[in-house]
Amino acid sequence: MLKTLRQIIRTGIVTEPAPAPDEALLVGEALERTIREILGRALCIRQVDAGSCNGCELEIHALGNPLYSLESLGIRFVASPRHADLLLVTGPVSRHMEVALRRTYNATPDPKLVVAVGDCGACGGLFGAGYASLGAVSNVIPVDVVVPGCPPSPTRLLQGILTAITGSRAHIAT
Amino acid sequence: MTLSRWMTAATPVAAATAHAVLEVEPAAWRDLASDIAACGGRLLALWGSCAADGARLSAVALTLPRVLIVHVPLDRGDGAHYPSVADFFPAAARMQRAVYDLTGVRATGEDARPWLRHAAWPAGAFPLRDATMPPPPQEPVDDYPFVRVEGDGVHEIPVGPVHAGIIEPGHFRFSVVGEKVLRLEERLGYVHKGIERRFTELPILDGHRLAARVSGDSGVAFSWAYCQALEAMAGVAAPPRAVWLRALALELERAANHLSDLGALGNDAGFAVGLAQFSRLKEHLLRATEQALGQRYLLDFVVPGGTRADLPVAGGRALERCIDELTAEVAVLRAIYEEHPGLRDRFSGAGTVAPELARWLGLVGLAGRASGQPLDLRLDVPHPPYEALQVRRCVHEEGDVLARVTIRFEELTESLRLARTVLGGLPGGEHALQVPEPAAGSSAVGLIEGWRGPIVVGLEAGPGGSIRRCHPQDPSWHNWPALEHAIIGNIVPDFPLINKSFNLSYSGHDL
Repeated sequence: MLKTLRQIIRTGIVTEPAPAPDEALLVGEALERTIREILGRALCIRQVDAGSCNGCELEIHALGNPLYSLESLGIRFVASPRHADLLLVTGPVSRHMEVALRRTYNATPDPKLVVAVGDCGACGGLFGAGYASLGAVSNVIPVDVVVPGCPPSPTRLLQGILTAITGSRAHIAT
Repeated sequence: MTLSRWMTAATPVAAATAHAVLEVEPAAWRDLASDIAACGGRLLALWGSCAADGARLSAVALTLPRVLIVHVPLDRGDGAHYPSVADFFPAAARMQRAVYDLTGVRATGEDARPWLRHAAWPAGAFPLRDATMPPPPQEPVDDYPFVRVEGDGVHEIPVGPVHAGIIEPGHFRFSVVGEKVLRLEERLGYVHKGIERRFTELPILDGHRLAARVSGDSGVAFSWAYCQALEAMAGVAAPPRAVWLRALALELERAANHLSDLGALGNDAGFAVGLAQFSRLKEHLLRATEQALGQRYLLDFVVPGGTRADLPVAGGRALERCIDELTAEVAVLRAIYEEHPGLRDRFSGAGTVAPELARWLGLVGLAGRASGQPLDLRLDVPHPPYEALQVRRCVHEEGDVLARVTIRFEELTESLRLARTVLGGLPGGEHALQVPEPAAGSSAVGLIEGWRGPIVVGLEAGPGGSIRRCHPQDPSWHNWPALEHAIIGNIVPDFPLINKSFNLSYSGHDL
């Protein structure tokens, strides 16, 4: 117990300070303000892997680490689409996941936002479309924002989420 | 019968001294498999091909110190089939079902339910079957009956494919009484995206990019295995500096995944501090990796003939500093995990796979080593630069979550040491050379010990620099069936913890 406390104290707060020249946190601060204005303190995200190679999931996980500290910005991942404001979808959408993705989308209450993640979510990526793959997320459900990258960095993902709640449909975060 | 009579008939592979190729008739395949199993050998990979000149079954077996590559030519007729070897190698059962789903070639006496094909493409259509081949006689059924457990108070809990977290999709069917799990049946294939057919549409010198994305968390291992096979076919060897840089990348990949899992395992046992600490360290490692080698996740680092980039001096120093920091921090966290009574209580005795069961099921990789199965390709089928690195083998016998946590701590520490050793002993010279297109019809197998276990890539060249067939085999194929055994008798709320302690790939399995 003492060791644990010592480690926590020794580590301190590592979340990168707002004025630091780190893009992630500058975006983060703006994001928190926007979320407060629009959604009143909380944005709930449901992540859906619709066929990804799991690379994008690794970077989505990183959003929760203490350096990006997504939860401290008022954003959290939820277990059910019924609790979600935003779907964060990785692709390419496999034909086997098409029904599950549509059902998840339909179970998410309106108004809802969809962010397609990664080169595969954007356009099918290296996998493309074929007998088992439908390619881009937008081939299956309406998409508001696309965050390309293979995989996109946590900073890009934050930018994408910000763009979704402030911007217009089909805007591409670059 | 012994294996030696088969080995005398096998042809050694010039480019890879441990490899030997053997062609057998379908009827002899069962005898061979039986002998391999009787001698303690392992089946690492199994796949089917179906070209215009006939179908073929291929397998990679490990009969240490040899790697045996077996081809079983099947006739062109509509009744092409081969004998099942699932009674010698239980993991082969799902591989054989996948062979049928993709090529229409059936193993006799196997479970007739589809495995990778749900109902997304028409029954009777086989994505890897040559169009001129006559259709097979049996029509697949779209019904998928789960095995029912009956009795007083037994009920089923269906979970997935969409899970309550940031996890890949798959379906689990639990049969339970109260909290206790009587049986788990997995249904995978949801992220099948046609990778093996996609390979045939890519130039062979470009296939490493797709290989890296078979399972994103094992990108270095898959792309290295692909390049290993390609380079053997083309008759070139990557320069010494390149293979050392590849080993650096592979150990960084292993370390990053272990950091991630150790945090998640702490979190799943209610110790959120563990997740915060380990995810912080992982972020440090990813940033240092990007500074040194150009990407946070090294999906494009290993290329045919070498590596995409060389190691800049400043980046190398930053990486050394990061590794030293991580080594010290991990030691502190390991002491915390080991002394935490709550963690020990949750980890100890949960999800046990005893060594005897592990041997029978063919458990591999880190989960195998936690259940007394010592196989580690870095040591058992050594290739440059691992002969020179003296990897420390980590093996435990308990086979529970605690053993898999302990293996991760030990292998993480070892990978950090190896990465530091590589950085200190990196030979000079070029980091890449040109690779010519391999001759049509040439083939080879690449074998790399990824963080999860042995990764196999079987590659065959077509005409004009094309890929005739490429089969990537993730170790998850071997370990998913073992998870069904590990959960028996445990309580449902321990499933996430036990599942995470294996952390198997869905994408790498579903292809």
